[in-house]
Amino acid sequence: MNLNDYLAVSGLLFAIGFAGVMLRRNIIIIFMCLELMLNAANLSLVAFSRFHVSAAGLPDYNGQMLVFFIITVAAAEVAVGLAVIVSLYRARRTTHVEDITSMKF
Amino acid sequence: MDESSLPWIILLAPLVSVAVIVFLTQGSRTISAGVSILAVLVSFVASCLVFHAPDPAGVNQITWLDFPALHVPIGVTIDQLSKTMLIVVTGIGALIHIYSAGYMKGDDGESRYFAGLSLFMFSMLGIVLANNFVMMFIFWELVGVSSYVLIGHWFFRDAPPAAANKAFITNRIGDFGFMLGILMLWLATKSVVFTEIEKSLGVSKFENLNLTAATLLIFCGTIGKSAQFPLHVWLPDAMEGPTPVSALIHAATMVAAGVYMLARVFFLVQASPDAQWVIAFIGTITSLMAASMAIQQNDIKRILAYSTLSQLGYMVMAIGMLSKEAAMFHLFTHAFFKALLFLGAGAVIYGMHHEQDIWKMGGLGKKMPLTCATFAVGTLALIGCPGFSGHFSKEMILAAALSGSKWTFAAALATAFLTSFYMVRLFVVVFLGEPKTDAAKHGHDAPPVMALPLVILAIPSFLAGYGFFISHFVPLHGTEAPGFVSLFAFLAFASGAVMAVLLYRGKKEDPIHIGLLANKYYFDEIYAALIRWTQELLARQCGRFDRWVLDGLVRLLSGGTYAAGFALRSFQVGNLQAYAFLFGAGIVAFLWYVVSK
Repeated sequence: MNLNDYLAVSGLLFAIGFAGVMLRRNIIIIFMCLELMLNAANLSLVAFSRFHVSAAGLPDYNGQMLVFFIITVAAAEVAVGLAVIVSLYRARRTTHVEDITSMKF
Repeated sequence: MDESSLPWIILLAPLVSVAVIVFLTQGSRTISAGVSILAVLVSFVASCLVFHAPDPAGVNQITWLDFPALHVPIGVTIDQLSKTMLIVVTGIGALIHIYSAGYMKGDDGESRYFAGLSLFMFSMLGIVLANNFVMMFIFWELVGVSSYVLIGHWFFRDAPPAAANKAFITNRIGDFGFMLGILMLWLATKSVVFTEIEKSLGVSKFENLNLTAATLLIFCGTIGKSAQFPLHVWLPDAMEGPTPVSALIHAATMVAAGVYMLARVFFLVQASPDAQWVIAFIGTITSLMAASMAIQQNDIKRILAYSTLSQLGYMVMAIGMLSKEAAMFHLFTHAFFKALLFLGAGAVIYGMHHEQDIWKMGGLGKKMPLTCATFAVGTLALIGCPGFSGHFSKEMILAAALSGSKWTFAAALATAFLTSFYMVRLFVVVFLGEPKTDAAKHGHDAPPVMALPLVILAIPSFLAGYGFFISHFVPLHGTEAPGFVSLFAFLAFASGAVMAVLLYRGKKEDPIHIGLLANKYYFDEIYAALIRWTQELLARQCGRFDRWVLDGLVRLLSGGTYAAGFALRSFQVGNLQAYAFLFGAGIVAFLWYVVSK
């Protein structure tokens, strides 16, 4: 297993997430796909950390610190995002993006 | 009380009255009138005390502005000239205040009116007392403002606001020249105080042209304020104000301010022969032109207004002929009899229920005997009937005119003849003959509060010319007019009066029609055309530039912003995925840009 394998998986996850955001109509699915893209980024960060070994034989912990950050922020973001979706559903009785067009010109 | 504070009391009493009326007594007309009359009486008494006190040795002043190059004090000048003016302004002012209490009774704006009168008294006394150009200029402008307020007193009618605007704007033209003149003198002498300018004028001779120009620019102030040709057009229109205002401002005081100012800076006139010539010329033109216009007017106040113009022209001409005494003498007598005539006209208008056309009057002599008698005194004084005050001062004016050339003397004589003619015409048409309308049949004398000032003014109108009276006010240094001047003056007076009586006795309407004179030489029309062809043309070009060039630029800018906004609006499709796609595409484009660099 070398770095390229990890990056390939990460890229695949990101592509799946992006495709989901682009193509799906349900906001909850889109939200999940967004999380998938975040985790793809996390995966590549961890892989970089593991393969960037210092002279003393230790991995580069900077990348892993960043991953913790992202997980924390993502958790907060999920809380806010889900709350938005719930209130949106209450107001509009729908979670389909095509039905939410009141800002359209 | 300290004597040096008296001038300040004279000056500030009317200002206190303005403040009291505006802030406290606006609701009560009677109290406002009382406060105003009290203030002017205080000024009058203080003026009398100042008049009897000897001239103070030092000038009592406070420093207002103190820069290295510009030192402006606020101080007073007390000398023979200002003492005489103080008595004239406060004395006649007091009588007119009292008269106003009767004339303006029941007017809704009575408090405002009396506040305006007091403000006017304050500014006029400021001009009289000023000891430097800047202070005089400030009060000069204040006089303009208060006269604006008073002329436009009945602002809800059509004509008074227009007349007030006309007076104010016309005066501004003259005042602009006045200001330039003050600046020129200040540049040359580094001082604005009269006495200091006079001193440095004696020490260092400036360039001749410079001094002439400065004097003429100062004279511009007189042209505006004393309504000389070519800025005379405002004065007849200013008759739209209440009649006591006309008596106070446009007969006795404000219009005399220009002549007073020339007398105050007489050393400038003496020093520049070219300016003398122009001043005398303007004065002569004004006196003759105004007198000729007066003979075809039908409004009682306008006739008096043109007469005032003409007499002011006399005074200015006398100044130009270097006869300050004659000018001040005539100013002094004229103030009394012209105030009397205006107040008499006010009494006639009051008795006729605000009718001003002399051809709708007639026979008022029997209905208003007191008004008629006092008006007769004023008329005789104005036309220079021997024995009345105007006779003496007019003779001195004629003698001064003779010292110029035979043409100025002829013009002054012609003016005297015309004056006699139009005043007797006015008197005959208004007071003699048969009543021409119902209002004239039911005319009545004015109430005592208005009659009293008429009677009091009639006394100096008769007496003011005699030596025992005038010598206290204007020092006349043995300037006896030659005998033939008296003869000519008498002939002019008698022929004018006789002609007017013969022509107008028992007439129902004006037997002569001279369109040129009735239309005031078409001055208003000429000025309107002049403005149309200069100022309005320029304004129209500016308007075009604004509309097409400046507005074009602005429209280009706003149009561009709008178009950009319109184009960008098409991105707002309302589809979340489309936004996300654009967002992603943007990131890709950005990355591609960064990486490919």
